[in-house]
Amino acid sequence: MIDLTIVWACIIAFAIVAYVVMDGFDLGIGILFPFFQVGEDRDKAMNSIAPVWDGNETWLVMGVGGLLAAFPLAYAIILPALYAPMIAMLLGLVFRGVAFEFRWRDPSHRPFWDGAFTLGSIVATFAQGIALGALLQGITVQGRAYAGGWWEWLSPFSILTGFGLLVGYSLLGACWLNWKTDGGLQRQAVTYAGRLGIGLLIMIGAISAATLTLEPQYHARWLSFPDVIATAQVPLATIVVTWLFYRSLRLKKDVQPFLWALSLFGLCLVGLAVSIWPNVIPARVSIWEAAAPHRSQVFMLVGASIMIPIILAYTAWSYWVFRGKVGTEGYH
Amino acid sequence: MIDQEWAIILARIQFAFTVSFHFIFPAFSIGLASFLAVLEGLWLKTGEGVYANLYRYWLKIFAVVFAMGVVSGIVMSYQFGTNWSVFSDKAGPVIGPLMAYEVMTAFFLEAGFLGVMLFGINKVGRKLHFIATCTVAFGTLISATWIISVNSWMQTPVGFEMGTNGQFLPGESWWPIIFNPSFPYRLLHTVLAAFLTTAFAVGAVGAWHLLRDSQNVGARKMFSMAMWMAAIVTPIQIFAGDLHGLNTLEHQPAKVMAMEGHFESHPEGAPLILFGIPNSAEKRIDYAIQIPKASSLILKHDPNAPLAGLDTIPDENEPPVGIVFWSFRIMVGLGFAMLGVGLWSLLARLRKNLYQASWLHRAAVLMGPSGFVAVLAGWITTEVGRQPYTIYGLLQTSQSVSPLDAQAVAVSLIAFIVVYFSVFGMGIWYLFQLMKKAPEAHERGLDGSPTRTAGLTPAPAMLPSLPSKGASL
Ligand code: HDD
Ligand code: HEM
Ligand code: HEM
Repeated sequence: MIDLTIVWACIIAFAIVAYVVMDGFDLGIGILFPFFQVGEDRDKAMNSIAPVWDGNETWLVMGVGGLLAAFPLAYAIILPALYAPMIAMLLGLVFRGVAFEFRWRDPSHRPFWDGAFTLGSIVATFAQGIALGALLQGITVQGRAYAGGWWEWLSPFSILTGFGLLVGYSLLGACWLNWKTDGGLQRQAVTYAGRLGIGLLIMIGAISAATLTLEPQYHARWLSFPDVIATAQVPLATIVVTWLFYRSLRLKKDVQPFLWALSLFGLCLVGLAVSIWPNVIPARVSIWEAAAPHRSQVFMLVGASIMIPIILAYTAWSYWVFRGKVGTEGYH
Repeated sequence: MIDQEWAIILARIQFAFTVSFHFIFPAFSIGLASFLAVLEGLWLKTGEGVYANLYRYWLKIFAVVFAMGVVSGIVMSYQFGTNWSVFSDKAGPVIGPLMAYEVMTAFFLEAGFLGVMLFGINKVGRKLHFIATCTVAFGTLISATWIISVNSWMQTPVGFEMGTNGQFLPGESWWPIIFNPSFPYRLLHTVLAAFLTTAFAVGAVGAWHLLRDSQNVGARKMFSMAMWMAAIVTPIQIFAGDLHGLNTLEHQPAKVMAMEGHFESHPEGAPLILFGIPNSAEKRIDYAIQIPKASSLILKHDPNAPLAGLDTIPDENEPPVGIVFWSFRIMVGLGFAMLGVGLWSLLARLRKNLYQASWLHRAAVLMGPSGFVAVLAGWITTEVGRQPYTIYGLLQTSQSVSPLDAQAVAVSLIAFIVVYFSVFGMGIWYLFQLMKKAPEAHERGLDGSPTRTAGLTPAPAMLPSLPSKGASL
């Protein structure tokens, strides 16, 4: 019999990947926004994501809603543990979400809402990065509840992962603009993508090295024989993908740099899974301990297996409707 | 211990604050989405330009409302975990899947088609665009269905088993959980409330512009449509509210006692207390104005039927009477005021001066916010009336809270208050700016925003324009 807990762990992981793939680039555009010329370039950058950002962000709701449904115990421990970063992320998302509408409604305050868009994107991204770091470094658990303090999430490591994600999402944003825009903005995006690629590699290196020191399990997974034969493929693949990424940039490809940048993210997530599997709260709570009862899993699986393909289909359709390069006047 | 008590109070205030703010927007966007679908449908059917113009007029407003609904909603999906983690752990196996279904069947649907609805008319053509509008409208209704099911299960929990670890586990079948005893009533009453809220907001905008220019074709059309809604839906809503109350009497009698202000039991028929000041310390209603036996008549359909009062409930299980008593009266009072406006509009129609009746227009402008106030008052009745429980009769609010310290909750509460009032305050101000502008013959699309594509300046062939000012309907 298939273990539904594993199936659900995969579905949640999928939602997180989908979130990073889709919302990552539009948060990245928010982070890079102040560097774009006021006027046409900014309008283009904004227009390239306006029709899709809401759908992208829904994967975040799917991730957290899915966690509550499939692993209620994990939800109940993680959210109080990450209280401050979570609230900061939510407030950041409020600012950037409304900025999409408000900047058009009120041209006299457009600089203000553009600022809110950037600040909201930075805060949300940084908080997500911190949340990831805090989860990796370990959460104090007693019984069925979080037992640490208000500041437990704060550490040099979580700050590092926060910056890591800022660089990563910016890279995705730059690659997206390279794909969806033309002219000066595209050239600017290519330059940024080249630099941010290097930045991301440095971050990946630093975070990976630091991760090894956090828990004995991580160390064992990555460095002990014979596991290392399998796990070493991840850093090797990273090197290959990096090379492909830079090659596609040099060849002035539109789509490929974005896809390779996403692959880099994918590899990071694989690395993450290798480190923490089979726990949801590293070294404390396994997916089976946190899992919802069988009946809840079955009930949701029926829905998920019907709905997720449909969702992916119409999401793809809406991206298709807005395909091609974007202009200041919308889509041509 | 003191700290823990503060943490609970602050967490409750924070939840109440964020959910109340959130609900203001869906109450409007559920109604507006359906209104837009109707407008676009009428446009496709009749080809009359007035519908296309009204569609574009309200679409701009919808876009702003929807954005605020989404961002405040995302906050809600985290509030359960950050503030009510014990509740989430215990109730997660039952309510989690329902909310996951909401995400999978509603949120993605709304978000996926919203882009096309807002920006896609020239990309996909009219038919497909109409389908996108309908899908978004349908999505908002599905969304309401699931979340109301969740809330109703917390009010009238059935169909579960208790796990050995203290969790509520789903029973054999999900049907009793989804269609729990209070769900149909609450869903009907809430969706009608959203339609009424929208009707009165739209009606107020129409009336405002009619007061300035009674010939404006767009203002006439929206006012007339809104007043039909007011006249037809308000009586249904009052009827639905009555049914809802009877259902509550069956399942949560203490809540009804608080709504009615019945501190004492009335073995020979209970009076209907219209007004008065609840005095919880002395357990009586001061200065009560009441109709003898009317409460028994309404609730039991028999003037002499006995009705139990709060004296039959242990003190520690009583909800706060004052809040429930007042919020209930605000809602019901507004309901009857809405009915009054609806009837008045029928009268004006009979007299054929619907567009000239300036006192009716003034009343409609005044009633513009009534739906929002009624909806919030209704939810406050519902939620405060079920205290001290989060899962009625089974899990106390004080047992649901996260292990947080009061400081953390206080800081985040202040942050929420500052951000919500400033951001949503600005948003609401933009809404007023949009509504202040009269609907025009060549209403523009989402101006300046991505819809300003070449084809969206209304091409005459595609978007027949209004007859010029001065023409009658
Ligand atoms: C436009 C909004 C609106 C209007 C005019 C009314 N209501 Fe209402 N009422 C709501 C909007 C609402 C609501 C916001 O939708 C609530 C909160 C929870 C719910 O189910 O509906 C609600 C709750 C609610 C409850 C609480 C049920 C419970 O918690 O168990 C009762 C008994 C009524 N209503 C009854 C009425 C009556 C008798 C009305 C007649 C005038 C009325 N409502 C008008
Ligand atoms: C959207 C309209 C809603 C409003 C305006 C509203 C309002 C409130 C208010 C005022 C409270 C505080 C009551 C008190 O502590 O005395 C509260 C509590 C609560 N409500 Fe609601 N509510 C709404 C919808 C919902 C829904 C749909 C759910 C569930 C899915 C829900 C779940 C809760 C929970 C868990 C609490 C916390 C426990 C408590 O203090 O009662 N609410 N709500
Ligand atoms: C505590 C309870 C609630 C939670 C956790 C919640 C959660 C959410 C979330 C996460 C979103 C954003 C979806 C997106 O990304 O597109 C949202 C939007 C929405 N919610 Fe809520 N919600 C709650 C209460 C309600 C209630 C009571 C209703 C209606 C009866 C409602 C109706 C909607 C609708 C229609 C939207 C779409 C956006 C809009 O119309 O403004 N929600 N909600």
